[in-house]
Amino acid sequence: MPQTSSWIVRRLSHLDGILLTLVLLLLGISLAVVASASGQSPARISGHLVNMGLALGLMLVMANVPPHLLSKVGPPLYAAGLVLLIGVALFGEVRNGSRRWMNLGIVAFQPSELLKLALPLMLAWYFQRNEGVLRTRHFLVGGALLLVPFLLILRQPDLGTALMIGASGFYLLFFAGLPWKVILGGAALGTASLPVVWGLLHDYQQRRVLTLLDPTSDPLGDGYHIIQSTIAIGSGGLFGKGWMQGTQNQLDFIPERTTDFIFAVFGEEFGYLGVIFLVGLYLAIVARGLIIAARAPTLFGRLMAATLSLNLFTYMFVNMGMVSGILPVVGVPLPLMSYGGTALITLLLGVGILMSVASHRQLNKT
Amino acid sequence: MTLATPLKNLDRELARFQGRLKMGAAFVALLATTLLGRAFYLQVVQHEYYIQRAESNRISLVPSAPYRGLILDSKDRILAENYSAYTLELKRGHIQDLEATLAEVGSLVEITPGQLRRFRRLLSESHEFETVPLKSKLTDEEVAILAANRYRLPGVEVKARLFRNYQAGPGMAHVVGFIGRINDRDLTRLREEGRDRNYKGSAHIGKTGLEQSYEALLHGRTGFDQMETEASGRVVRMLSRIPPVPGKDLRLHLDAELQAVAEHAFGNYRGGLVAIDPQTGGVLALVSKPGFDPNLFVDGIDPETWKELNESPARPMVNRVLRGIYPPGSTIKPFMALAALELGLRKSTDTIVDPGYFTLPNSRHQYRDWKSGGHGIVDLRKSISQSCDVYYYQLAADMGIDRMHNFLAQFGLGEKTGIDLDGESPGLLPSRDWKQRRWNKPWYPGETVIAGIGQGYNLATPLQLATATAMLANGGKRIEPRLVQAVRDPLTHVWQPLPGVVRGQMAINPANLEVVRQGMMDVLRPGGTAAAAAAGAPYTMAGKTGTAQVVGIKQGERYKEDQVAMQHRDHALFMAYAPAENPTIAVAVMVENGGHGGSTAAPIARAVFDFYLTGKRPGNMKQEAKRAAN
Repeated sequence: MPQTSSWIVRRLSHLDGILLTLVLLLLGISLAVVASASGQSPARISGHLVNMGLALGLMLVMANVPPHLLSKVGPPLYAAGLVLLIGVALFGEVRNGSRRWMNLGIVAFQPSELLKLALPLMLAWYFQRNEGVLRTRHFLVGGALLLVPFLLILRQPDLGTALMIGASGFYLLFFAGLPWKVILGGAALGTASLPVVWGLLHDYQQRRVLTLLDPTSDPLGDGYHIIQSTIAIGSGGLFGKGWMQGTQNQLDFIPERTTDFIFAVFGEEFGYLGVIFLVGLYLAIVARGLIIAARAPTLFGRLMAATLSLNLFTYMFVNMGMVSGILPVVGVPLPLMSYGGTALITLLLGVGILMSVASHRQLNKT
Repeated sequence: MTLATPLKNLDRELARFQGRLKMGAAFVALLATTLLGRAFYLQVVQHEYYIQRAESNRISLVPSAPYRGLILDSKDRILAENYSAYTLELKRGHIQDLEATLAEVGSLVEITPGQLRRFRRLLSESHEFETVPLKSKLTDEEVAILAANRYRLPGVEVKARLFRNYQAGPGMAHVVGFIGRINDRDLTRLREEGRDRNYKGSAHIGKTGLEQSYEALLHGRTGFDQMETEASGRVVRMLSRIPPVPGKDLRLHLDAELQAVAEHAFGNYRGGLVAIDPQTGGVLALVSKPGFDPNLFVDGIDPETWKELNESPARPMVNRVLRGIYPPGSTIKPFMALAALELGLRKSTDTIVDPGYFTLPNSRHQYRDWKSGGHGIVDLRKSISQSCDVYYYQLAADMGIDRMHNFLAQFGLGEKTGIDLDGESPGLLPSRDWKQRRWNKPWYPGETVIAGIGQGYNLATPLQLATATAMLANGGKRIEPRLVQAVRDPLTHVWQPLPGVVRGQMAINPANLEVVRQGMMDVLRPGGTAAAAAAGAPYTMAGKTGTAQVVGIKQGERYKEDQVAMQHRDHALFMAYAPAENPTIAVAVMVENGGHGGSTAAPIARAVFDFYLTGKRPGNMKQEAKRAAN
């Protein structure tokens, strides 16, 4: 009996207190906002709670996996991810006009979700192996490892996910020391090739960008989401309309309001002060992640912690930017806030990795 | 060397990582600031704008149409009232295949070809998101059938609407008028007058008659319900309510029974009659025959019925009392006689010898009297009672057109009477000046001669004749005819009288007036042109017959009634008031193609006087009423 309890204590000791507190705070807010946005739907709230429990459990597991073990998972996970992506491209289900889903009998899931963790793990494993002897060719290989899944996801087509995965790969290469001339050269090349990329974009993707530039051009179609969410946020004012008091929310004017557009509900009901608090909370999580990265004893840990932190922030920025009308509408949920099991599990697995990196400092040194 | 390099590299890589970490943090800070800046812009800077957008999202104003005021006759009999009924309406914007929907609806409830034609006409005039009625006055069963099938008929709606019912029938159509659906022209006018907001919930507006001229009072004020609505348009709750204010009720001077008597007296003749209280100007009856069923117009008339009404040679849509302009003919003679006395051109005892024609000096043209051989020795009273043309040819020549015009103008001829109905004609009272302006031609003396017997350019409406007659009856008081005597506030139920308008008092020597009035009484005495019409009356009448020519008669020919096709016969005119000593009613009657005023028009006036003064109904009307009761 004392043995079991000490086992539990040892498992729990891998949880980073600060990170855990911040995450639980965010999940608490999420629960409140989902409750309001769903009209206090018991199904939504209990579903959300189940998702949270499951994801937190997986986070706890992940926190207990030592980084050196974790790094070994990278290559097989990445390989499996690629196989599945190719499988989806060949046999996947088409939903809403894009081929993203893999039906595994019981559950249907998007293999691209797997890559969100597999790609950084793979790259971190690769750079860890070549620590101290990094040359340009290592970055070329890293770039290739990034580009293959990126292109596969892009042609599903799923621009949002492709960009997010591309970003996570880029962050890792950046922290691994990607030379500036490559970064700047790539940026210049990217800018120059923008017209070409524009031509390659699908109609609906082009429309989304155009709609962003002028939402009123299509007030009942694509512009509707942006118009209604900015109205919601703007009408919230400094103090917000109060929990469950947002008219845009309660009267069904905000689309997708428990998932992608949950920030509009939050902004309407909690106002600018609420937004400052929420953004502050995210920044605190990111800051904690960067501190963990700075203190990490291994390159693998450093790269993973820094990349996952920035990744979380990127999700947040893209989502809030989209909902508040400064970025095009891409299907990216607000991390740790939006309703939805898959994204929550992926994110908390990432937080688990952060915690693992934080808590296995001494252990790894030996 | 091989060992030292990786170690040195390790340190360099670590340092580089720390540097990149700081850059990452800076990147995060920059983007977070951008987000907070955007949120600040939306939530603080632009807050007022967005809160308004959110409110207009949330709140919709649902207009509630007011109850239209009633129109009642002088005894408070209802002439126009409202009723609520279910209508079947189609919203084109919500219907994909209109023909399929019409066929589907037609299989559920009966749609007549007339209703379908009317629907298509309304549809062509309406906007995409307007609802267009297909069938009104649905039965309970039809409502139930449509409700049960609503789910498969998008854009098909059953709505409770207020309708107008004119139960007084065709005889009252030219007085009460009708309401009709608001069209683009109405809407433009309402917008220009700034009244369009008050019609947000209304489908109808007064188109003719009192419904049109008293629209502002009858309509009432539209109420507004502030509703909180969901994005889908579903109403969540009512936030506030400004109730509609019902329109005001109107009480007329007009007596529906008197109106019915007058209409009945016309028999199969077409024509117009108006009876006025000479003291107040109150219109006691206003008949224009034939009438039409105003109920046809309330929810849109079908094109074929409309064409039928509009193209009928009987012209039922024309209000003959207001807009029918006729040469006043001999009815102008009492006014000419009064002018002669007032201007000092004749004394009542002056006589002429009527040879049956008149010639101007230096002219061989003969102006004939209606009676071949003439009336012999004629004084002023006889000139009226026997309607001697030659007397007035001579008088007119002596008076000259300008004096004639100026005197007759005081009776309101050539000018709108100011009745409380829209669209009356001003008629025409010619003068030298008018002819110069209108035709750019000089006035010829011969034109003065025929103007003296109300021919030539002279044109007057029955309403003008009645108003002028009323002035003879009341001693020169120029009153505006009025249909409405009082207005009732529907909330306080208090009747507020609408005072009549007196335009002025003519200065007339009472002795002169009395001579003319005696002459008019002689008209209805033995030897007068309408003597037969007064036979057996328990009161005295005063009047004047007249004939308005329809086709010109060549020099040297005579008009023979029995040889002229019906539609080319003269119009018969009669103007009168009674009791002659103390007049309480003045009438003008015009019978289209009725021939002589004395034989067809005067009996109609008699029937009106009989009922108004003694309560006596025409005999056959009583029988008909009895038959209807049985």
